[in-house]
Amino acid sequence: MTSEEILTKLIPIIAIYLPEDVQVSAIEQESNLTGELNINSAHLVDVVLDVEDAFDIEFANEDMEALHTVKDAIEIIQKKIK
Amino acid sequence: MKQEFKNIRKLLPYSKPFLFVDTLISMSESNAEGSYTFLKDEYFYAGHFIDNPVTPGVILTECMAQIGLVCFGMFLLSNESSAVKNNMPPNYKMALTNHAIDFYLPVFPGERVRVVSEKEYFRFNKLKCKVKMLNEKNELVCKGVMSGMISK
Repeated sequence: MTSEEILTKLIPIIAIYLPEDVQVSAIEQESNLTGELNINSAHLVDVVLDVEDAFDIEFANEDMEALHTVKDAIEIIQKKIK
Repeated sequence: MKQEFKNIRKLLPYSKPFLFVDTLISMSESNAEGSYTFLKDEYFYAGHFIDNPVTPGVILTECMAQIGLVCFGMFLLSNESSAVKNNMPPNYKMALTNHAIDFYLPVFPGERVRVVSEKEYFRFNKLKCKVKMLNEKNELVCKGVMSGMISK
């Protein structure tokens, strides 16, 4: 999968957990999930669990620690689905 | 009560008048159960409601969270961090992050309730459980889903 394809699949997953005052259009590769998109730490876990289901992969604790931006998520997913 | 359960209860970060755990009945990797008896003179009965004391829903929710998430979380983490097993305060903090509860029956002063928690998942420091509360007649008082995060 290209990173564009992953992003397309990722946006609706992230969108579920965005606070009301953050628009879906704010989701970009460089967006920081907690800092900029304002997803709280509990919902970040939900994002990861939904991503695991959608891409049929499993995140390890190290992946969670490396996950800060949308781009990080794409890179982790890309590595796992190979 | 098993020694490990006694330790958990003793190490809870709550005290009167906001401790709503008397006994931990059972704990496993998948389930937890505990009970609490609402004292006749709990502080909130003075105002909820005037001349008609009923346990507030937020307090029932708190009781469910203390048994179903906090005690359960401490038990689940006791394999990882031996502090609780050794009767030492744990090196983590817990916070309620989400809950959706439906209420069915009132709880009056002096009633004993039992909280049953079933783990949905415990991953990346987030514990999400299906939790229900039953009264002495084994009738459903309230139930729902709640989750909390552990921060180290």
